[in-house]
This record gives sequence, structure tokens and C-alpha cells, in this order.
Amino acid sequence: MIEALLFMLIIGALCGTVLSFASKIFYVWEDPRIAQVENYLAGANCGGCGFTGCSAAAAAVVEGKAPPSVCAVAGPEATTSVAGVMGMDPGSAEPRVSMNPCDGGDRAEDRFYYNGVNTCEAMVAMFGGKRVCQVGCLGYGDCVRICSFSAIKMGPEGYPVIDEVACVGCGACQRACPKDLIHVRTMSDRLLHTNLETDPLAPCQQTCPAEIDIPTYIAQIREGDYEGAVHTIRERNPLLLSCGRVCPHPCEDYCRRGVEDEAVSINQLKRFAADFEMNSGKRLPIACAPDTGKRVAVAGGGPAGLSAAYFLRRLGHSVTIFEAMPKLGGMIRYGIPEYRLPKKTLDWEIEGILNLGIEARTNMRLGRDFNVADMEKEGFEAIFIAHGAWVDYNLKVEGEDLKGCFKGIDFLSRLASGEELDIKGKKAAVVGGGNSAIDCVRNLIRLGAEEVSIVYRRTRSEMPANEVEIEAAEHEGINFVFLAAPTQVIGDADGNVKQLEYLKMELGEPDASGRRRPVPVEGSETRMDLDILITAIGQQPDMSFKNMGPGMADLKITRWNTFDTDPYTLQTSIPHIFTAGDAATGPSLVVEAIGGGRRAARSIHQFLSGEEVKAPESSLFKRHIDESIFKQVPGVEKKPRSKMTELPPEERVKSFEEVDKVLTEEEALAESNRCLSCCRVCYNPDVAA
Amino acid sequence: MGDYLVLAISAILVNNILLAQYLGNCPFLGTSKKMETAVGMAAAVVFVLVMAGLITWIVNTFVLQTLGLDYLRTIAFILVIASLVQFVEMFLKKSIPALYAGLGIFLPLITTNCAVMGVCLINVNEEYTFIQALVSSFAYAVGFGLALILFAGVRERVLLGRVPRPLQDTSIALVTAGIISLAFFAFKGMV
Repeated sequence: MIEALLFMLIIGALCGTVLSFASKIFYVWEDPRIAQVENYLAGANCGGCGFTGCSAAAAAVVEGKAPPSVCAVAGPEATTSVAGVMGMDPGSAEPRVSMNPCDGGDRAEDRFYYNGVNTCEAMVAMFGGKRVCQVGCLGYGDCVRICSFSAIKMGPEGYPVIDEVACVGCGACQRACPKDLIHVRTMSDRLLHTNLETDPLAPCQQTCPAEIDIPTYIAQIREGDYEGAVHTIRERNPLLLSCGRVCPHPCEDYCRRGVEDEAVSINQLKRFAADFEMNSGKRLPIACAPDTGKRVAVAGGGPAGLSAAYFLRRLGHSVTIFEAMPKLGGMIRYGIPEYRLPKKTLDWEIEGILNLGIEARTNMRLGRDFNVADMEKEGFEAIFIAHGAWVDYNLKVEGEDLKGCFKGIDFLSRLASGEELDIKGKKAAVVGGGNSAIDCVRNLIRLGAEEVSIVYRRTRSEMPANEVEIEAAEHEGINFVFLAAPTQVIGDADGNVKQLEYLKMELGEPDASGRRRPVPVEGSETRMDLDILITAIGQQPDMSFKNMGPGMADLKITRWNTFDTDPYTLQTSIPHIFTAGDAATGPSLVVEAIGGGRRAARSIHQFLSGEEVKAPESSLFKRHIDESIFKQVPGVEKKPRSKMTELPPEERVKSFEEVDKVLTEEEALAESNRCLSCCRVCYNPDVAA
Repeated sequence: MGDYLVLAISAILVNNILLAQYLGNCPFLGTSKKMETAVGMAAAVVFVLVMAGLITWIVNTFVLQTLGLDYLRTIAFILVIASLVQFVEMFLKKSIPALYAGLGIFLPLITTNCAVMGVCLINVNEEYTFIQALVSSFAYAVGFGLALILFAGVRERVLLGRVPRPLQDTSIALVTAGIISLAFFAFKGMV
């Protein structure tokens, strides 16, 4: 007995000694904070955090790969303690929340009958799943079973619904989902995501240049969750009040209801949600990621600049906007007339963006008051230039500089700046067929011009202006002169403009743009009397800043005087300079500039994080998913679209009051019920009456 | 030479530690859901079993038998194997970090594994020589790996099959293990 005890004592001591020596000899330095952090974790080794045990999680925290809130079990006190060990602000890591983007559920159609094991994983092994949709949810709930926190339930419609409060962001569902559909994302991840070929996207969302999640916000309006709708829109578009008024809504052209019926009035619903927030008298809070300490300069406070500044700020960067004009807004302030977008509304919207903590320096023109080198010197690590396209093209005919001749953008911005122009009782003509030309004529009639004409060298159907704008101008009594190409401007002895001479045209063969080319009719010179002539035939960016200040030689410019960039990343040929908006694309839509601003913000974020600036693989940029575009949409019954109220033409030409009125709550509800809640291939047919 | 071959075949196939002796059930079910994990586990077992088989043989022959303390065999082996695994873990972490990264999470799992213990006891009970103990430990470990990897392959397939709800997951795994085990019984007459 004694010897047995003795033996065990000796062998125990021996093992102990060997191990303690070994631990000295084979000592590997380990950050002492790992042990400290591990002390605060729950110690349950549950794997809820997604790491193999608590020590692996602790190591990840110390390496900065996991936030202090990594432990799914321990709760907020542990987070604070862990953050204390790491010397971090406990709030400095964004919470991650699981998201299921597919709401196909039971309405999704099956490709084949399946009666195997009821797990998604098993089903994916069978030809990728039984659903017709290539990317959608299979509805067998692998994610529901894997969730340790009961945060996912199978909803009544056959797709998983996530309880965002219960979700701890452990990522188990993301790993369990064999369709790679559920993703655990932070707010920043969501803001940085752009449409992919593999995303469950409705045709409208594929079309929207800003990639707004349209079906979701319409569904939120339908459920009366107007605040939710505003948040959904804000995830992609910070200028919802402005866009809700002026956007020509390319999304509606691809509306699936539009195949069989009138398209859903998507933009009016956006305006309804936006106006709801403004009229509610309080601003909904907008979350920003923790400060990164990186500084970005944004030159140009137009829609692209505001969009980029907004997204960069929400991603945690500190942003300073430089604006040449006295107020922010760019073309949407100085180009879009009061009766389409009241300045009061725009001011309210811009104030909300600046409230995020964005500094704005106005009356600072790039190339005149400062240049790129100054911004670099001030410590801005990335520079975003979106100074728009403000230089009007010339007619290139004799006499276009006579008194009484204006250029489109120049005229509109002088009006918007409050300059008094003597128009009353005069005869005016505007050359051009785009939105700026229409804005000019509609302004002129409101300023009391006796007769206003629009002179365009093709016909009405070729006019690039929005259809609704052309119609509005017709209602307001504008005189349209089609198939007319100005040849000279004739003045009197005092140098005042008196007449415009133009050649009549006829349409010939289609040109590169697909529109029929106007061909002059020989000897058809005609003259019209006028006192005011405005030329609004397009604009281009002012690139003169390139020649002021050093280091700009490498900046590549296209022959249209825009930045030469990759259209997706919007990084210029100088790596730390980015762009968007009209300066990158030439004159285009507000919503295009907003989308560009977000993509540029994404690229700048990559650049500041030291990553390679590039588009994601399988990006769905400016393309559609073939299987989403239908030729027929069975099950749709015609339901009239809610018509927005307009001021009657007799009223509206007398003032600059806003012409289009917002939908009432009832109309918005009715309109939201017209939405088919489409996704990639699914949609809800109208219930048979 | 022939004897060693017989010994190896007997350990790998006929007396397979998992399927014929039915030891080491918990890693057999726990790490066989995915092929990747199964391969990692198999490698770790080969590594630890060879080390443990040899050291316990030395402890048994030169210490326990010399002192006439054979009855302390089990408890002494547990202590020795546990210390050994700890030691190896520390050694690998310092000297061969790459191998540690590959086997790291499996090593502690094997510390108190009955398959390891079982092989060590078999070596001693059969009164093998040192070389025989080496071959036997290695062969049993290979047998363990073989069975585990085969089983993982089968389980990955079973996932696609139509399994009635009450039999899903562990139940079907045990049934499958039983059937594979029956198949291995065919080797019985070989040696």
C-alpha cells in the first residue's frame, strides 16, 4: 500500500516537474491580454460567437478580428470589461445583425417534387434545390435549427424571419445557410453593399441607379411603418425629399406591374414617406459607425457630393465639404426651379445631412480659392471631386453674345440665387430639348414673359426631357417650335437681341443615339422675333482647376471634359482622388449622382482601409438579371394608379409655388397595395376579385 | 517481417479499434460529420497513439513490472498519457507551429480518449516487444483513421438520403456504424 502511494506520488511529481520545465522551455509569448479577455468571457465554450471556444474568441479580440461584444452569452457588462482591457470604447464595434433578403417563401415556385431529408443542406445537394429561383430561400429552416438564441423563426409565409433584438450576430445561420443567402452584417456592411448578380432583387431595384430597396419600403408603407420606409430609403439615398420630387424614376419603366397595367407610382410613394418625416416635425435619428479618425475632403456640395459625404460620415470618417456657391445643393439648388423643389424643403434635407457632423465650407471654388494640393496639405487622406457640369455649350452661331442672350444653367442659377431679371412682358425663346430647356421655359412663364417658345431641332418624341415635364410645359401654354436649327442671332443698333434665324429641318436616317438625324431643308431660313434668348443645349464640367496647383498632370480627362474613371469604382487616375455625378458621367440624373456618390464612398472606404479599390465580383452594375425581366405577368388586374394632385395650370404660372402635391395617406396606401412585392422571379398576383 | 504484417493487418482490419472493439465512440460520432474534420482527427490520433503506445510500454516494462506494481497500470497510464499530450502540445506550439495549427484543436480531445488507453493496455496485455508495440500502436491508429474517414464519407452521403424523422442524425449514424462494423466482421477469419 505504502509503495503504491509512494509510486503515485513520485510519478505525479515527475510528470508535474517535466511539464513545468517544458512550459518554461517551450514558452511561447502570448499577449497577456488574451488571458485577461478570456476571463471576462462566459467560459461556456458554446461556439455561439463563431470561434472555436472562448480562448480562440479572446485571441480574435486581441488581434482586432472580433469586437469586444464578441461573447454572445456574457452580456453588455462583459463587453465593457473586455473593451477596458483592450483600451477601446465599448461602443466602437458595430453590432452585427442577421438579415434574410429573400421573402419568396411559399409563393416561390418549385422545379421538382422533393421528399428527401428535410434540411436545406441536403436539398442543395439535389440540383441546387427544388425552387425555380436560383438564389432564393429553400424554407427548410437549417438557420432556424442552428440558432442558439431563438432569434430565427420560420414565418407564416414559409421564409425565416429574424428577431433583430434577440439576434446576437454570431453568424451561425450564415454558416448554416447552404444558399449563402442569410448574411450577418453590420450597418457599414449594409451601406457598402451594391447589387450583385446573386442577390434577390426586384426589377425596380435592379434598375434604380441608387439601388434603393423599393419593394421593402413600399411594404413598410403598406404596413403603416412610415419611419421604417424612411430608414430603408436612407440606406441608399440621403436626398429622399429632393429625389421624391424630381426623380424621373427609371425604376417605374421596369415595374413588373407595368408590363400588364400602369406601373406602380414608386417615386410618389418615396415622396410620401419623405414628406411624412418632414411634416412630422422631428428628424429620425441616423446611426453612424464609430469614428475612424480618417479625413476626407469633398469638393462640390451637389447631390453627388452630399451623397458621398453622407455615406462616408455614416461609415465613421470625418468629412469636410467645399462648395463654390454660397449654399449647398449644387444643381438641385441652382438648376432645379423652385416650383419643382422648394428651397425650404431642400434646406431642411441638407441640414439633416450636415447634422451628422459634416463640416461645410461654402464660397470655396476649386481652382480659384483652393486646389488639390491645399487639401492634401490640410491632411485629407482622400479627395472626392464632384463639381458637376456647369459650363453651358455654345450654339456656335453669330450674335449669341448680344444683350438679352443667356445660357441655360447660368440663367437658372442666377434666378435661384435670387437675382432679379427683367422678363415681364417680353418675348422669350429657349433653344434646346432637355430638362434644363424645359426648366427655363417654365421659369420664364412664371416670371411674366408674354410669349415663351422652345426651339428644338428634332421633334417632340426625340426630346430628351422627361415626358411629365414636357406635358406640364404644354399645359402651361408654351409654344413649341420643332425641327428648327438656329443659324444666327440678330440684334438692333444698341446690341439688344431682336430676332433668331433658324433653318427648318426634316428627319433623316437614325444616328448613333438611335434617334433620327435632323437634316436641314435648303433655303428654309425663318426668323422669329424675341427679346430674350436662352441657350440650353447641354453642359460639361469645368476642368480648369487641373491647370492650377501642382501634381495634377496625371489626372486623365475624357474628350467630354469629364474624369476618366472606372464607372463602378469612380477612382480617377490619381489613386487618392475620387469622383461621381455629372463630373464623372456628363449631365445626368440626380439619382445617378446619388448612386455614384455611394459607390465613390465605398471606394474611398476601401482606399482608406488599405484594401484594393475594386468592384465586387459578379456586380450587377447597370445591368438586369435576365430571369427577372418578364414579357407577361399573369394574374395582374388593371387598377388605376393614384394620381397626384397638381396645381391647375392657370394658377401655377402665376407663382413659384410647388406644382406637384404629395399623395394623401389614403392614396399612398392604395398605391402601395398595387405593388406586387416582386423579387427576382416571385411576385404576388392580385387576389381574384 | 511476416509477423509484423500479420500484426498490422489484424490491428487495422480484423480488430479495428472503432468497429471491432468499439472503443473511442465519442470522437467516432463527434468528428465524423465532415470529411475535413475526420481527416484532421485521424492524423492527430496517429501522432498521439504512437507516442502514447511507446511511452506506456516503457513505463510498464521498466517501472511497473520491475516494482511489481502492475495493479496501478490504469491510473499510471492515464497520468502518463495526459502529461504526454500536454507536453507534445507545448512542444509543437513552440517548435512546429504549422503542425500545431493543423492538429491543435484535436490534441486535447485525445488526452483522455479510451481508444488511446485501450491500445496501450492491449500492447501490455499481449506482452508485445517494443517493436511489436510500435507496429501495433501505429496500425491501430491507422485503423482508427480508416474507419473514421470511411464513416465520415458515408455520413455525408446519408445526409442526402430519405431518413425517417425519428432516425435522423445520431440514430442513423449509430445504425450505419453497426452495419459498417458487421462488414468488418468479414475479416474475422483472415488472421
